[in-house]
Amino acid sequence: MATATLVTAGTKARTEQGRGIRPSGWIGFLFIAPNLLGVVAFTLIPLISVLVLAFTDWNLVSGIGGITFTGIDNFVAIARDPGFWHAIGLTLVYVVVSVPLTVVLGLALGIALNRPLPGRAVLRAIFFLPYIVNVVAIGMTWLMLMNPKAGLVNQVLDVFGLRPGWFASSHWALPALIVMAVWGGVGYCSLIYLSALQDAPRQLYEAADIDGASAWAKFRVITWPSLLPTTIFLLVTLVIGASQGFGLIALITAGGPGDVTTTISYYMYQTGFQFYRFGYASAIGLVTFAGVLVLTLLTWRAQRGRALND
Amino acid sequence: MTRSKWWWGIPLWVLAIAFLAPFAWMISTALKPDVDAYKIPMQWIPHPFQWDNFSTVLSGATSVLPAFGRSVFVAVLRVAGELTTATMAGYAFARMSFKGRDKLFLLYLATAIIPAQLLLVPRFIYFQKLGLYDTLWALILPGMFTVLGTFLMRQFFVSQPAEFAEAARMDGANEWRVFTRIYLPLATPVLSALGILAFVWSWNDYETPLVLISNPDRYTLPLSLTNFVDEQGQIAPGVTMAASVISIVPVLLVFIVLQRRFIAAMTHTGIK
Repeated sequence: MATATLVTAGTKARTEQGRGIRPSGWIGFLFIAPNLLGVVAFTLIPLISVLVLAFTDWNLVSGIGGITFTGIDNFVAIARDPGFWHAIGLTLVYVVVSVPLTVVLGLALGIALNRPLPGRAVLRAIFFLPYIVNVVAIGMTWLMLMNPKAGLVNQVLDVFGLRPGWFASSHWALPALIVMAVWGGVGYCSLIYLSALQDAPRQLYEAADIDGASAWAKFRVITWPSLLPTTIFLLVTLVIGASQGFGLIALITAGGPGDVTTTISYYMYQTGFQFYRFGYASAIGLVTFAGVLVLTLLTWRAQRGRALND
Repeated sequence: MTRSKWWWGIPLWVLAIAFLAPFAWMISTALKPDVDAYKIPMQWIPHPFQWDNFSTVLSGATSVLPAFGRSVFVAVLRVAGELTTATMAGYAFARMSFKGRDKLFLLYLATAIIPAQLLLVPRFIYFQKLGLYDTLWALILPGMFTVLGTFLMRQFFVSQPAEFAEAARMDGANEWRVFTRIYLPLATPVLSALGILAFVWSWNDYETPLVLISNPDRYTLPLSLTNFVDEQGQIAPGVTMAASVISIVPVLLVFIVLQRRFIAAMTHTGIK
């Protein structure tokens, strides 16, 4: 959400500047001051400390005096840390599988829910419900639903002779998390698509109807291009969200069994809050953030290039 | 749009029932004895109805009510704080002109993309130094001053006409009056949208208390649900699900009562 707001805000900042606005001098500062002080205290200063901590070796036990500057040692160590690369790989798998699944299902659902249907409003609410419920209530429920021996999911799958071990199995733990993530995110995607569909150019559909275009042709030529910005937006926000996915993992699998669900944000959490290696954890955070940022910028550039060509 | 074909709804309703199943299971399990929780085949209607699970989590030593109260306290202060500071700052960024405004706004743009997790380590250290670690203020304070809220409010105020302010200034109104009497009343729909979202974020927050709260007596609701897991990782199904049901009721009420506004907030804050 933040990213899209950013871009529109950035362009508006330039165009709106000065139009019909009187200079207000220091009064403007007074209006901003409460928020600014809080943002400086609770976001900016912590952020600067991450930048510093990433170049230090520090564990909590040694106190502030125990901070030693180690230059780029942490970053060299990251490059050689098999745990880090394992976590990055898992995160990529998690993102690459869960995000497209969520977007495609969300699109299908959004299109279906845009048609006149009995009980449409109720259906929209049902699919959206998982998105607003807290992760602990949801996590506990799925943990029991996916109990390998007696959980409801396996009772259903038993009909087909399937009995996956889910969170207890090193093969199924990650797929189980992906199932939960998709279940949680599909309703959100369909809602965003719904609002985009409502802005789709109606005259074009009418013209296409007169030309006798097929449903598929209408989707390909009219619907899909008009949904492209929404799709990019969803991809960007879901990739950012999924690469930081942490709550469910901390709650349900604690990175296990073994390390098969230790994604990068959980690895950072472990390093910082279980092993108290704050310097190293900060460096991991920075590297990961830089990676996600580059991915995001590339996606935005791709979108802009596309818009210019059209 | 093509005319309605009712059978289109059938696969959707089947899927919807599958989506609802975890919630139905949650409610069913909250009302049955633990021995029936994993019965094969699944028993949807509890027999007998075990209301005790709810009385257990609503009273006595394992009551979630104190945690419920803390969650309300945190959410009220966070929402009130965020709405106040974000509205004022958003208004100034949009409708006032002063030195360095656009540079400051750029700084805001930059901080907005920082993931919250990156800030967990320094906030942990920071709140320890400030003596706020393991207090509810560690959850409340950062939530009161958000960059995202400021953005949303700024986006709204930018779209408002400047003529109102000029007329009011002509009549001798000062800046504060112009803000509170003219622009703020116009912002009510945006304020309610931001308020709803801020409430839901605060109510569901699990990561921040996981890192910044250690004393179970200060757990907010999501974290307190983990109290029903024993050292072996075994979950007591009945009471856990009863507590989970209680934890989702407020968000559910907000959603049902304010559904239209909620959906508008979700869809319009991001992409439009």
